[in-house]
Amino acid sequence: MSTHTLSVLVEDKPGVLARISALFSRRGFNITSLAVGPTEHAEISRMTIVVDVESSPLEQVTKQLNKLVEVIKIVELDAGSSVHRELIMVKVSATAENRGEVLDLGQVFKAKVIDIAADAITMQVVGNSDKVTDFLRIVEPYGIRELVQSGVVAIGRGARSISERGKPIAVPVPPAANA
Amino acid sequence: MSEQQSSGEKITGAQSLVRSLEAAGVTDIFGIPGGAILPAYDPLMDSSIRHILVRHEQGAGHAAEGYASASGRVGVCMATSGPGATNLVTPIADAYMDSVPLVAITGQVAETLIGTDAFQEADIRGITMPITKHNFLITDPDEIPARIAEAFHLASTGRPGPVLVDVAKSAMTAQTSSSWPTEISLHGYRPVTKPHAKQIREAARLIQAARKPVLYVGGGTIRSGAHRELRALAELTGIPVVTTLMARGAFPDSHPQHLGMPGMHGTVAAVAGLQKSDLIISLGARFDDRVTGDLATFAPGALVIHADIDPAEIGKNRHADVPIVGDIKEVLTDLVAQLRADGQQGDYEGWVAFCAGIKKQYPLGYDTPPEGLSPQYVIERLGTISGPETIFAAGVGQHQMWAAQFIGYEHPNTWLNSGGAGTMGYSVPAAMGAKVARPDATVWSIDGDGCFQMTNQELATCAINDIPIKVAIINNDNLGMVRQWQTLFYNERYSNTDLQKHSRPARIPDFPKLAEAYGSVGLSCDSPDEVDATIHKAMEIDDAPVVIDFRVHKDAMVWPMIAGGASNDEIQYARDLAPQFDEDDL
Repeated sequence: MSTHTLSVLVEDKPGVLARISALFSRRGFNITSLAVGPTEHAEISRMTIVVDVESSPLEQVTKQLNKLVEVIKIVELDAGSSVHRELIMVKVSATAENRGEVLDLGQVFKAKVIDIAADAITMQVVGNSDKVTDFLRIVEPYGIRELVQSGVVAIGRGARSISERGKPIAVPVPPAANA
Repeated sequence: MSEQQSSGEKITGAQSLVRSLEAAGVTDIFGIPGGAILPAYDPLMDSSIRHILVRHEQGAGHAAEGYASASGRVGVCMATSGPGATNLVTPIADAYMDSVPLVAITGQVAETLIGTDAFQEADIRGITMPITKHNFLITDPDEIPARIAEAFHLASTGRPGPVLVDVAKSAMTAQTSSSWPTEISLHGYRPVTKPHAKQIREAARLIQAARKPVLYVGGGTIRSGAHRELRALAELTGIPVVTTLMARGAFPDSHPQHLGMPGMHGTVAAVAGLQKSDLIISLGARFDDRVTGDLATFAPGALVIHADIDPAEIGKNRHADVPIVGDIKEVLTDLVAQLRADGQQGDYEGWVAFCAGIKKQYPLGYDTPPEGLSPQYVIERLGTISGPETIFAAGVGQHQMWAAQFIGYEHPNTWLNSGGAGTMGYSVPAAMGAKVARPDATVWSIDGDGCFQMTNQELATCAINDIPIKVAIINNDNLGMVRQWQTLFYNERYSNTDLQKHSRPARIPDFPKLAEAYGSVGLSCDSPDEVDATIHKAMEIDDAPVVIDFRVHKDAMVWPMIAGGASNDEIQYARDLAPQFDEDDL
């Protein structure tokens, strides 16, 4: 699967998430992962969208997104010049006998133990998709009882911020715009 | 978004809404009141705006479309919440497909009731998200002027389109003091109108180097008001022109460089002109499947210059060798200036002769039936008698294609139809809207008997409000285009396309009687000898709507035709008759 990671700055307005997900659905674009949250600007939200571009070219995806009035800016974050992270919490079966093994494996991945019960350990792992996938593959034989996963978030390397932008352009309203 | 400005004066949100519409320059609204929009209708009574009370919200929407398409101004329709709003969905979708500047105002239930499945509640903002350029839900009365200003700005600039403004009843009954804004700032909306100089130079270079270029003119040229600039480019270069279904009238049909309409039912010359070209100069067109047929085999030898105001159209269906984002009027102005500055004339002599040869060899035509009335003849006569200043609004189907083929269009905004969405029922209300926008023009609705029965209730609106449109029903007792496909592709098995029950002698309904019931003049015609006299009679009536029931024979088919999904190379001039091209001359 060929994917691209897009950071999309949007106006924090009601319905903007519905607008974006509806656009993907209607145009037949596939979303692999979607994460939304606030940014350093109160009125702007940031969406990190991982798109599967085998079905439709990235150019169409970004052009269609750009047509949405509430989309302010789209930046593609490639692996070389940005850092990608996701978070998982996973409940792995672990008895008194093999608990040590599971904990050792967790250490290799810098997993954080967030809960222990008599026959299970819940661990948290943060990393890029490869690390998370590898970790799950390693603990899978012990029995994954429950898994929860965040979407991917990504940020560019270096000092510049993607939300640095010019002042919004104001358009004067003609006295009778329709005349 | 815009800052709210305060006037100090306290008014209701409903008054603010009506004042905002006045400030936006609105002079006419098509609509129907109901519970949630009721507050707006009270100040509307005292407004300078003419409100035309339609009989169905779909009629309001198509009327606003016809109004916009005939005049270039923003069309406005208004409806209440729930079913009122959902009845606008079809015209909104239609306006979205054909880039019609439209503002739809809907009432919404009170803010406290939103989400409770209240009486007449529908999430019209959610429903119309994929079919509007943008939409708003207003719950704060102070936002009304700013959102209305934004709605008109969005609908009319860039690639035009429908914008819906849903206003909660509670916002209309509350007090507000905000006033019309002096500026709009939409952070994410910056349409590019000025084309890039480098792209213009590159386009000019390709045009000069080409040997077989063609101007592929789309509806964007009409929306941009660029017909004069188009003519300047065409006459400067001598390049042959094709006008799509949405662009009929952008270039005069009488012009010798015009090859006609391309596509599924296009002329052989226009289809061949694209198919055999080495350079397609696309101007506000979008390589729609009805034009290209099978994309993989469409114009295989052509480079493409694709100019459009919407960047997402460029490269969507066909790769663009020279993409140009910009308003077509500005693109054409710059392109003409560049070509003049370069001073080089391309060598198209052989190509122009080839295209002219095909145009001569394969003109549009039809067979006159041994008995009965030919629909193509009726439409041809309507065009000739009524003349090129007339506005024609078609429904969807065979009659639409014949009206696109057999009427000569000389001016933009005189041909209105539902191109992208293919909405049956568009014609009568669209003609009504066009007549309101252009009261001095003769407006003909050319409709099918199937289409007419979807929206003919607006004849009442026309009769009552002194909107004397003329309707020509091309009545073949059938859903003609579907029947044509059944003839060609379903072994003549006519499943559910016959609109009559032939065990009864009389046709149902009796259209002239129906017209009279609606306060209109009803005429009928079933013989070729009576066609001219009947049309002249209709032309003389200008104080009431007129409906002519042209009873035509049902076996007429639209030719030429390229079967759905087939290659343009497989165009048939008539049934089982493929044109022969002599390409040795090229």
